[in-house]
Amino acid sequence: MNEQNEKNFGRRKFLTRAGKAGISIAAAGTASCLLYDAKGPPGQTVKAEQLVTLPDFSVPTVTGQTMSIVQGSDRKHTVTKAIELLGGIERFVKPGETVAIKPNVAFARPPMLGATAHPELVAAVVELCRKAGAKLVYVTDNPIDASASCFTLSGIRKAASAAGARVILPKAHHFKHTTLADGKLIKNWPIFFAPFARVDKLIGISPVKHHARAGASMSMKNWYGLLGGRRNIFHQDINTIIAELSMMVKPTLVILDGTEVMMTNGPTGGSVADLKRANTLIASCDMVAADSYGCTLLDLKAADLPYLAKAQNAGAGNTDYQALKPILGTA
Amino acid sequence: MKIVTVRRISQAFFFTLFTWFCIVTTIGEKFWQLRAWPINWFLQLDPLVAIGTILTTHTLYRALLWALLTVILTIIFGRFFCGWVCPFGSLHHFVGFLGNRRKKLSKKMQLNKYRKAQRIKYIILIVFLFMAAFPSIGATLQTGLLDPIPLVTRSFQLLLSIADRSVNFVTATPRFYEAGWLILLIFFTAILLNLVIPRFYCRFICPLGALFGILGRFAIWRIGKNQSECSDCKLCERSCEGGCEPSGNIRISECVLCFNCRQDCKDEVISYQTTPSLAGEITNPDISRRGFVLSLAGGVFAVPAVRLSNKLGSNWYHKVIRPPGALSETEFLKRCIKCGQCMRVCPTNVLQPGGIEGGLENLWTPVLNNRIGSSGCQLNCVACGQVCPTSAIRPITLAEKLGTDEFAELGPIRLGTAFIDHNRCLPWAMDKPCIVCEENCPLSPKAIYTREEFITVRDGVVTVKKVVDNTIELETTIPPEKFATGDYYCAVKDNERRKITANTENTIVISPDEQFEKIPAAGSKIEIQVRLQRPYVDIEKCIGCGVCEHECPVSGKKAIRVSAEGETRSMDRKLLLKR
Repeated sequence: MNEQNEKNFGRRKFLTRAGKAGISIAAAGTASCLLYDAKGPPGQTVKAEQLVTLPDFSVPTVTGQTMSIVQGSDRKHTVTKAIELLGGIERFVKPGETVAIKPNVAFARPPMLGATAHPELVAAVVELCRKAGAKLVYVTDNPIDASASCFTLSGIRKAASAAGARVILPKAHHFKHTTLADGKLIKNWPIFFAPFARVDKLIGISPVKHHARAGASMSMKNWYGLLGGRRNIFHQDINTIIAELSMMVKPTLVILDGTEVMMTNGPTGGSVADLKRANTLIASCDMVAADSYGCTLLDLKAADLPYLAKAQNAGAGNTDYQALKPILGTA
Repeated sequence: MKIVTVRRISQAFFFTLFTWFCIVTTIGEKFWQLRAWPINWFLQLDPLVAIGTILTTHTLYRALLWALLTVILTIIFGRFFCGWVCPFGSLHHFVGFLGNRRKKLSKKMQLNKYRKAQRIKYIILIVFLFMAAFPSIGATLQTGLLDPIPLVTRSFQLLLSIADRSVNFVTATPRFYEAGWLILLIFFTAILLNLVIPRFYCRFICPLGALFGILGRFAIWRIGKNQSECSDCKLCERSCEGGCEPSGNIRISECVLCFNCRQDCKDEVISYQTTPSLAGEITNPDISRRGFVLSLAGGVFAVPAVRLSNKLGSNWYHKVIRPPGALSETEFLKRCIKCGQCMRVCPTNVLQPGGIEGGLENLWTPVLNNRIGSSGCQLNCVACGQVCPTSAIRPITLAEKLGTDEFAELGPIRLGTAFIDHNRCLPWAMDKPCIVCEENCPLSPKAIYTREEFITVRDGVVTVKKVVDNTIELETTIPPEKFATGDYYCAVKDNERRKITANTENTIVISPDEQFEKIPAAGSKIEIQVRLQRPYVDIEKCIGCGVCEHECPVSGKKAIRVSAEGETRSMDRKLLLKR
């Protein structure tokens, strides 16, 4: 009797085990069939990225109010005047809107060296936007040097925060891939996107600087900061990339600061001896026009900067800034 | 026939077969060369290769399907692979037998008892598998470091190359392997450890054995006692290969099915049966829940820790030049099992086991070293990708490699780019003619071109005494014969120059048909110049094959060197904006 029991027990155990073994074999077989790959991996694995497109931030053109040039040494006064000449900040920022300001914060340098947008100028533009009723103003850039150092040393973090803006430092998840229609270089390329994805308006602020490779770094070159990835390889075709940036970014307004112009040793500078006071500030809805004028502060002609003509051909603006009849003023 | 005899025959057969496949992994058309021998069969039977690549890539690549057979047989029969098939296991078995056969019975029993440390192999397996399991954190396939089949495959290649050194039967010239000593050191350490404890590697280290131990827990047939009572002589543990305690509660996961216990039991109490041992059995590996969780956490943590040096990002190592067809680095590391078949088959021996300077994960993965071997990566060779068992190197066609036919638009596969070191190059730094690099560039048109320059040699401004026909007598003394090589010229004002055909201590002879338009006056200065062709690399053409580097006569640190910038396998490595 006992023996019989033991036998039954043993048989039951065996059947359970055999069942488990059978299930294991079936599972292994099924998994192998499902995962079987006769083709092998592809060659160059170009990851299929979700592509994004920067929104168009421009405002409707008002004839005769596209560009203003104001003389003066106090940036707060000149920028206020320059925007006023274009119809006032209300033309560009509506109450309740969100604004992104993209100053040139490329380097970790103090404001006196002129390598970055001047903090007083950034603060003045923030204040104007706030005054116009902007709900939120972001100040952001994707610098070359360590971003925290750049925003701190340039004085922009402190000045912008004090004026009521929120400073955003770039993080890895801010970058998304984009492809520029009609672009040759910006193809499936990561750009600093997230801070601009949900804002209503975009204002660029940049100093006028010497740049050995491009000739000059001004409003258009400022958008280089939006490029992510190994952006240094674009220097192999600098004029095309700057022109493509002007096609990719359609800002509400650009502010080009020629109060102090970096004449040599750009775009980093490093000595006040590199700067020359020109006491000129440009506000423009047309950045090609702004830069075409701005380069004269560096004793250059628009024809000296091939990217200007390329941008004009692509429909990004006019190199003949005089045809736009810029409004002149002093402050 | 006794079952242990059958087992020995099986071991001898598979060991011989494995060795045979190692030998025939040689490019050629003779019967003992590559042809269609299934040289990767053992690697394909290895379920650790299959499961590892499944974890990293979520695919089971082609012939790795063979592993399913091993898995099924293991589920039914237990760890038969370890005791009957594995060439490394058989080697351990044999060495352990030789080393311990004269020991006393009690000593043998002591050697073959179960040890807690046998759980280490499960920890190793879990760590490796979890290193591979989470591509979002970074998945890396490191099983090949200790997986016995890749281990013994790469080790046998080196042994074969050493054995072949004096006869040069397998390869015409001796083959060399960078850091090959480390591979052999590990191999021989594993072999010699059998003298300490038989099958040391199998019992304590082998992650494949651990995998079989887990797979075999439901085995239908297993070793066990068919009676609960026996004389308790423990003879069954005398030669137990797995250290699985057949005399008591047998540990099924440790049993390698050597059948020695069955053979040694005088009372025939032990049999291979469908019922569990009547003396009791333990089916699960001896690893606690805490041990499992810790190993799992260790595996998950190991990848980001190993990758702290950012060798997959901006800090990638430029000398990690991968063979043609290699996947982009992240994908490559998900597949390479470090078996070394590519290095074995490479006809030039340029493919080398990588070191750790390219990151820990780079160890023993294939890397080109153009200073070893016969001549860089051969233009018309795609052998490495054809033998790669996991497609870490894709089986590309020649058309794809060269960028012809349907691949014309993509262009050729580039392994990197050659850079000229102007501080070391003879024409650039030493005023010596050379351009061996240009001569050997296999492309048409060549990726290396030259620009002709005439450089006045050191102390080369000399004073003319008089000119008689084609002989210029000098007031200055010059080294005789030195300038008669055909590469030297003498130049007068306005760079009018004539080739020097001979010279003595104080004369220069120029070709009779090449008289100067205006004979240099006595007392005037002429310059002795060397004609140099200075090499340049056409970066849009260079494919990084490394033939130039191999041939460069500056033999220590070469004057032209390939580094991986510009390789086409990854967009991140491109050097030029446009190809």
